[in-house]
Amino acid sequence: MSDAQTASGVHTLLIDRIACDGHGACAELLPELIGLDEWGYPIVRSTDVPGELLDHARRAVAECPVLALRVEQKHR
Amino acid sequence: MTETQSSSPPSAACVLDGPTGPYGSRLLYGWLRTGSPADLDEHLDRYGPPPLPRTARRPTAGPLVRAVEEAGLTGRGGAAFPTGRKLRTVAETPGPAVVIANGMESEPVSRKDKILLSLAPHLVLDGASLAAAAVGAEAVHLCLPRTRAGLVRHLAGAVDERRLRGIDRVPIHVHGLPHRYVSSEATSLVRWVNGGDARPASTPPRPFEQGVGGLPTLVDNVETLAHLALIARYGADWFRTAGRPGAPGTTLVTLAGAVRAPGVYETPMGTPIGELVDRAEGPSEEIGALLLGGFFGSWVPAETAMGLSFAKNDLAAVGAGPGAGVIAALPRRACGLAETARVLAYLAAHSARQCGPCTMGLPTVAEDFAAVARGDADTRLLDRLAGRIGLLSGRGACRHPDGASRLAATALRVFADDLRQHIRRGPCAAASRKPVLSVPDPAAADAQGWR
Repeated sequence: MSDAQTASGVHTLLIDRIACDGHGACAELLPELIGLDEWGYPIVRSTDVPGELLDHARRAVAECPVLALRVEQKHR
Repeated sequence: MTETQSSSPPSAACVLDGPTGPYGSRLLYGWLRTGSPADLDEHLDRYGPPPLPRTARRPTAGPLVRAVEEAGLTGRGGAAFPTGRKLRTVAETPGPAVVIANGMESEPVSRKDKILLSLAPHLVLDGASLAAAAVGAEAVHLCLPRTRAGLVRHLAGAVDERRLRGIDRVPIHVHGLPHRYVSSEATSLVRWVNGGDARPASTPPRPFEQGVGGLPTLVDNVETLAHLALIARYGADWFRTAGRPGAPGTTLVTLAGAVRAPGVYETPMGTPIGELVDRAEGPSEEIGALLLGGFFGSWVPAETAMGLSFAKNDLAAVGAGPGAGVIAALPRRACGLAETARVLAYLAAHSARQCGPCTMGLPTVAEDFAAVARGDADTRLLDRLAGRIGLLSGRGACRHPDGASRLAATALRVFADDLRQHIRRGPCAAASRKPVLSVPDPAAADAQGWR
């Protein structure tokens, strides 16, 4: 894979389900991709983060009080 | 294939014949011939010592890795993942590695690992030792449930005997772990061996990336390792003489419920389920549905199930899988909803209670299902239940909630007629009868702790 391809790789949303305590900040900041179940735990509608939502996704990652949310670049 | 033979290697054209017993049995061959567990002398008489490579230095993805890949061996613990691919990944990671032999058998219906470890312990230990050599491991950890104290002693004794005879090249440590449903998960074993709780861990890193002591760790089911021990001796072509091209080899199956002779049977992969039921001397009464895989498996109507081949692809076509090799037959007179409610209560009690969706979701699904079984459900509750079942999958660190979701969803589908009756006219007569599936007391789960 070339560097150019890697750089434009798809961004993926990852949740550490053990760390997550249902604070809900992610759903507030990224409602397009994350909803909450009846107990306040995230329901990810799509793990693929479109380019226009990348900034919002990164904010949601930064706001998670237990660092359970991550955005990773998918290689391949 | 034949390259893996270290002592007196046969010519490439020669295909060795492994010992094969009735119904193509391999792992249980000794037992079926002698009627007693194989001790080390008998094992060595039959198979000779494990064909460990002559050099301690590990060639990258050596002959055994290739043989297992060519054999098409898949994991017999539940996920049916290609064993060769797992071996190769760990073998190709530079530096030392670790092997975990998983004999936890947390699935309550399954007995196959216990039977195999009791009757042919040295096949399993050979497999663990050979796998260790193939991936460059410094140690093997054999994980067993501490509730099976006799088995732990039996295997510790077998390991001691091998040490005195200098059979294994790396130390094999035998451990007794808490016997809980999720403690057989690969990450749970790694955590426990590392000194922590036998509870699943978040991934990544996966055990093959970073496991025991931070080293790449191969985790394989004990039956898988026993097959590997035979592939190392008799080769991939021999392994493939049983089963089908897409589902090679034999497999251990636990038959339970409404069959005349419940127990553990070895059978070629892809044997029709109806034939397996016949091996267990046929139905003890009319069968309505079968639970395939285990408590984390799927209900399938008897009409559909009996003609199906017991192999991953065939079962996937009806939304099922071989899982831990469990086939439990439910009599037509029994209430599948009541049976499922009891299993769900068990699974809820066995959650590691680490992830919110499982901690909160499983008990509510179990309670809703109990209401359905009691005849206390209306369409509003059913809608809520369907929603909750749908939200379990893919939302845990491990697959425990996924399994419970599959069981519940298939129950609602397969027992749809019973469901209508329970809602309209209250519970069926069968709901209050003695249950068929033997489900351990959910309350006993916590008494074991996690360490």
